[in-house]
Amino acid sequence: MAYSDKVLDHYENPRNVGTLDKNDPNVGTGMVGAPACGDVMKLMIKVNDAGIIEDAKFKTYGCGSAIASSSLVTEWLKGKTIDEAYAIKNSAIAEELALPPVKIHCSVLAEDAIKAAVADIKAKQLAKETA
Amino acid sequence: MSASIEMPVLKDMFDENGLAKDTHGADAQPIYLDYSATTPVDPRVAAKMIPYITEHFGNPASRSHPYGWTAEKAVENAREEVAKLVGADPREIVWTSGATESNNLAIKGAANFYSEKGKHIITITTEHKAVIDAVRELERQGFTATYLDPEPNGLIDLEKFKAAIRPDTVLASVMFVNNEIGVIQDITAIGNICRENNIIFHVDAAQATGKVEIDLEKLPVDLMSFCAHKTYGPKGIGALYVRRKPRIRIEAQMHGGGHERGMRSGTLATHQIVGMGEAFKLAREEMVVENARILKLRNKLLHGLETMEEVYVNGDLEHRVPHNLNISFNYVEGESLIMAVKGIAVSSGSACTSASLEPSYVLRALGRSDELAHSSIRFSIGRFTTEEDIDYTINLMKSKIDKLRELSPLWEMFKDGIDLSKVQWAAH
Ligand SMILES: Cc1ncc(COP(=O)(O)O)c(C=O)c1O
Ligand code: FES
Repeated sequence: MAYSDKVLDHYENPRNVGTLDKNDPNVGTGMVGAPACGDVMKLMIKVNDAGIIEDAKFKTYGCGSAIASSSLVTEWLKGKTIDEAYAIKNSAIAEELALPPVKIHCSVLAEDAIKAAVADIKAKQLAKETA
Repeated sequence: MSASIEMPVLKDMFDENGLAKDTHGADAQPIYLDYSATTPVDPRVAAKMIPYITEHFGNPASRSHPYGWTAEKAVENAREEVAKLVGADPREIVWTSGATESNNLAIKGAANFYSEKGKHIITITTEHKAVIDAVRELERQGFTATYLDPEPNGLIDLEKFKAAIRPDTVLASVMFVNNEIGVIQDITAIGNICRENNIIFHVDAAQATGKVEIDLEKLPVDLMSFCAHKTYGPKGIGALYVRRKPRIRIEAQMHGGGHERGMRSGTLATHQIVGMGEAFKLAREEMVVENARILKLRNKLLHGLETMEEVYVNGDLEHRVPHNLNISFNYVEGESLIMAVKGIAVSSGSACTSASLEPSYVLRALGRSDELAHSSIRFSIGRFTTEEDIDYTINLMKSKIDKLRELSPLWEMFKDGIDLSKVQWAAH
C-alpha cells in the first residue's frame, strides 16, 4: 500500500513520543483500542491552570497511519484549550494525512484518544474542586 | 545449486565493475524474502521457455505438421520431468493453470464423481483458500464438511483425524506444506488412515515441490496438486496428479476439446509447460544441496532474531521446510513493522488493512492470540538468498523493532510488569 508523504514523515520522525507523569494532577491520560484489534493508542496531555494544553505525548501500537495520526494530534494539541482539543474531529486528521478509506478508523482512534484524555483531566479537576 | 546464478532482478544491483551498489536505500529493490508467495523464474528456466513462444509456437494438439509435433514433444518431455520429481507415471499428470485450479479439479471432480459413495469431506482449517473455498462450494451443493483444527504446532493429531471419519466420508484434503508456517504434515500416516477407510485422499503440494521428497509410488495419495511458480517456474501453470493404480476418476470442471484425456480441456500452454518441466528438473537435481544451504540461512536468521526478547516462532520447527520462518515480535504491530523494514520484501499475518480486520486465519487456527497474530512476519528464503541478505535482515529487524517498541504502549506496560491480559481494553 502506498502511504502519503505526511504519513511517512510522521511515521519516520514521530513527534512527541513518550510519557508524562500520570499521577500529576495536571496530566490527563487517554488509552484507546485493544491489542486484539491490532491497535492501542495512549495519549497524555499536561494542562496548565488556565486550561491550556502545555505538553502532549503519545505511544501507539498500530499501523503506520495510527502512529502518524497520534503523532499529528500531539502537535495540534499544544497551545489549545481542552475544549478546543475536544472539538478535534477525525475527519480533519484523515484529511491532513490524506488517509485512504481503509485507514479512517486509525484517525477515529486518535479522536477517541483525545476525548479520553480530556475526560480524564476533567475528572481530575472535578476531584480537585470537590476535595 | 550453482552459486553463479543470480536472481534476475539482482542484476540491477551491481555496477559495471560487478560491485554491489548500495542497494538498501529507499529507492533500491528490497531484498526478496517472500519466496512462499512466489519465486522468480530461474534464468535457466526462462531460457528454455523462450523458443516455445517464438519459433516453436505450434499447438501441441496439431497432429498434421511438424509445428504441432515439436510442441507435443516438448509438452511430453515436461510431463516426464514433473512426474519424475514426484515419483509418478507421466500418464498420471494433468496440466492445469496452477494449484488453485488443481485443487478445484481434484476436490470438486472427485467429490462429484464419487458422490454416491457419500457426501462428507474432511479438511483442515489451515488449508489454502483454494481448498477451503472449493469445499465450501461443495457444501452449498449439498455435501457436508468437517474442518479440523491442527494442534498448536500446526500439525494434525491423527486420532482427531480418525475421529472425524464418518461412514459417508468420501474425500479428505490435507496440504503437504503449509504456505504461512511451512509445517510438513505426515502425509503417509494420514493417507494410510484414508486407505483403511476407503476415503479418497487429496494433497495440496503447491509449497512442497523441491522442498520435501515426494514419492507417489510409495505415498498413499490419490490426487496431488502442484504449481510451477513456487519452484522457480512461471506463474499460471500447474498440474494435478491423478492416480492410475488403483484408478481414481474425476469429473472434468472445464469442458471442451477433450484435452488431457478429457479431464481438462483447453489448448496447452506449451511455453509455460516447458518452464514447469525445466523448473521441476532443476528441483530434482539440486534440491538436496539447495535445501541444506537454505536451512543454514534460516537457522542463522532464527538465531539472529531470537536474541531479542518476546519473539515467538509460529508452527513446529522440526517438521518444517527450511525455507520458512514465521515469527511474531510481541508488542509490535505487523503492518507498521513491514513499513519500517522497506529494505526487505516479506509478508505479515496482520490484516489490519484488509476489510475484515482479522489477522491470519492460519495463526488463529493454531490458537495464537490475536496480538501475536498481528505481530507476525513470514520470512521465506530461497535459491537466490545470500548470507549477506540474512545479515542485513537481522540488523534491520533489530533496529526497527527497538524503535517500534519504544513507540509501543504495550511494550511499556510489559516492561512495567503489567499483565496485559488483565487490562480492560476499550475494544472498538
Ligand atoms: C498451499 C497453496 N495452495 C495453492 C496455492 C495457489 O496456487 P496458484 O497460485 O498456482 O493458483 C498456493 C499459492 O498461493 C499455495 O501456497
Ligand atoms: S490501526 Fe488498524 S489499520 Fe490502522
